Amino acid sequence: MMSRGQAAIVLPAPREISFQLPRIGVRHLVVLVFLLAYPWFATPFFTFQIGAQSLALGLIALSLTFLGGYGGMVSLAQITVAGIAGYGVAIFGAASAADTAISLGWPWWVAVLISIAIATVCASFIGWLSVRTEGIYTIMITLAVGVAFYYLCLQNYSVFNGFQGFQRVHAPTVLGINLRDALPFYYLVLFWSLAGYFFVKYLLRAPFGIALQGIRDNPRRMNALGFNVTAHRIAAYAVAGVIAAVGGVLLVWYNGLIGPGSVGTSWIINILVIAVLGGMRHPIGPFLGAIVFVLLQTFAIDLIDRERFNLLIGAVFLVIVLFSPDGLLGWWAGIRARFSTSKFVTPRGGVR
Amino acid sequence: MRRTFVKTLVAAAVLAAFGGIGYAQQGKPVKIGLLATLEGPFAAGGADGMRGAEMAVNERKGVVAGRKIELVKASSDAKPDVAVNATRKLVEQDKVDIMVGPLSGGEGIAVKEYSKTQPNITFINGSSGAQATTLVNPSPNFFRFNTEGAQWMVGLGKAALDKGYKRVMVIAEDYAFPYSQVQGFMAEYCKLGGKVPVKAWVPLGGKDYASVIARIPKDIDALVVVLGGADAVNFLNQYEAAGGDKPMIGGSITVSQDILNYKGKRRDSLVGTIAGSPIADSYDAPEFKKFVADYQKAYPVSSGAYPSPSLFALVYYINMKAALDGLEAVKGDLSDGQKKYQAALQKMTLKTPTGDVKLDANRQAIGSTFITEVVKDKQGNLSNKVLRKVDGIDQMLGMKKEEFQMGSRDVPNCP
Repeated sequence: MMSRGQAAIVLPAPREISFQLPRIGVRHLVVLVFLLAYPWFATPFFTFQIGAQSLALGLIALSLTFLGGYGGMVSLAQITVAGIAGYGVAIFGAASAADTAISLGWPWWVAVLISIAIATVCASFIGWLSVRTEGIYTIMITLAVGVAFYYLCLQNYSVFNGFQGFQRVHAPTVLGINLRDALPFYYLVLFWSLAGYFFVKYLLRAPFGIALQGIRDNPRRMNALGFNVTAHRIAAYAVAGVIAAVGGVLLVWYNGLIGPGSVGTSWIINILVIAVLGGMRHPIGPFLGAIVFVLLQTFAIDLIDRERFNLLIGAVFLVIVLFSPDGLLGWWAGIRARFSTSKFVTPRGGVR
Repeated sequence: MRRTFVKTLVAAAVLAAFGGIGYAQQGKPVKIGLLATLEGPFAAGGADGMRGAEMAVNERKGVVAGRKIELVKASSDAKPDVAVNATRKLVEQDKVDIMVGPLSGGEGIAVKEYSKTQPNITFINGSSGAQATTLVNPSPNFFRFNTEGAQWMVGLGKAALDKGYKRVMVIAEDYAFPYSQVQGFMAEYCKLGGKVPVKAWVPLGGKDYASVIARIPKDIDALVVVLGGADAVNFLNQYEAAGGDKPMIGGSITVSQDILNYKGKRRDSLVGTIAGSPIADSYDAPEFKKFVADYQKAYPVSSGAYPSPSLFALVYYINMKAALDGLEAVKGDLSDGQKKYQAALQKMTLKTPTGDVKLDANRQAIGSTFITEVVKDKQGNLSNKVLRKVDGIDQMLGMKKEEFQMGSRDVPNCP
């Protein structure tokens, strides 16, 4: 695969696409300053439940955006990969006293590293299973994997502890800083979200990312050019797996528990909703989607009669997707196209 | 929520207009968070739980010790992480003083764990009935004024043997609350010589019971069915379709009012089902009759309520009443990290529609349970008739600490 990857150099690449760091504009700085300053003016609740949860979910959805938006493979098993990492932290690390029969009680960093490694291997395996399919069949096969994992967790007691799952899976205390507290946990999640975001941005401009987008647009031609389509796709699954696994570890620390409900069909769909809601054309999309999703989940019940709040959530999703097939990013691109004099903004708002 | 808010505004305006300014001076409103499942498998039960809690507040006309009670509601779907998120929102964002909820067993354990991070807020259970909530790692600010799953089943083992059921199969959902229920039943049943050759644990919210129905042995006398809400209805329909005819012994929420109202053919075969439950429709104590009458008056069937309050309504009512009675006892004083309030709750003897309740050292209720039998009245409505009322049941179920074993998939066991 690696030897073939070198073939990317012969591609007539546009000048923009090179190994320079992405240009940093004023809006990037504004967003970054806002994200860093956020916990200083937000309440601990907004820092933890809205901020940290959105970023952790956004990170998992980012892996789907990378696969779906740039690899053309919509995988519904991303929450499964995240769940494998989350379960790993609970099983290898220390969970509650009642679960010590299963939990191995290893140091947290060993548990986290092994969990991410296992999740990545599993993600590659899921990729290997599904890359030979296209479109709806990829969705079906990854959905099947996700649901199978859900039932495995639900019915296996020797490893996954069945319906109960694991309680009290808390973030560790590092260098005297308790990562469970709202402020440190927010910065931890923010760090990994930014890392994930810039990693994906960088990768999309690297030869591997260019080749992947080429495969998305025309796998046959890429094959004819000498690219190993299957290997590139599996590698994309592995990369997405690492991102989802990191998100999964953060999410299990956020919830403090993991069980089959954390990897069930509702979450499989939620991750897809987050990615689609935000827009699959740019790595910022899943984070925007996650913020809207978390805000709605949290506050819809305050806006409308308590028996009807799910209707509001559904209606908002419907409106966004109906009026902008590209999600929130599509709206943003539309607004820019309308008010900008530049002719170079594509209506898709894609990476140029 | 919006409705509550508008109501509050109107109430405030009325009070101000009629010179009720005294209220405003006596203290600001007490915010009570109320969490129940309005989604998922227990949606119907959750809605009834909310009705019960509202009744307790309305009984006091929404004012305790001069402080207005403001309910802030939230919903979950019986998943622990969703329940903790909803609770965290109520506590940290809406800044409630007292938290009442959640509904389901697994949620209760998770919310109890969360309560440890908020020692200045008092958490009172909704209707969750897992043993572990107050038995393992109890939290100093989590109170449960309802008896739990195992306590509800005390006396049922003997009643089953009296009916001649010597061998039974257990069909129960696979999580903490049914474990407790099955333990409560089997501890007594096995001791008296009953046999349970097969136990089938099914996932919560499962739709297909064909494989379980196929496993029912021919030589058993009855089925112990500990399923709740939609699950119980699904099982009954499929068991009926498969031609099943074994009599049933019900868990506490299997033959609750919401199940008795279901409309399948198998409905009539529910007649004669015995169950252990903290509520019995036909219990004739005046306090309980008043509770039922109040419920029927406030929530007519046409508004979507049940003909008679369900277990969830009663248990939420009891816990909300405890929250308000405790507030009355300390004259609305929640200062000093609510220490006085929590001490008052701890030593309170709560008057409930089904008898007096006291708390043990783990802040778990010691109370009564009913052994009931389903009967059909003249209008064709099913209801629970009281066979026996058992009083003063503690969490050890009357056993010594050494011989008590918490319920799980494999405990107790008597094949």
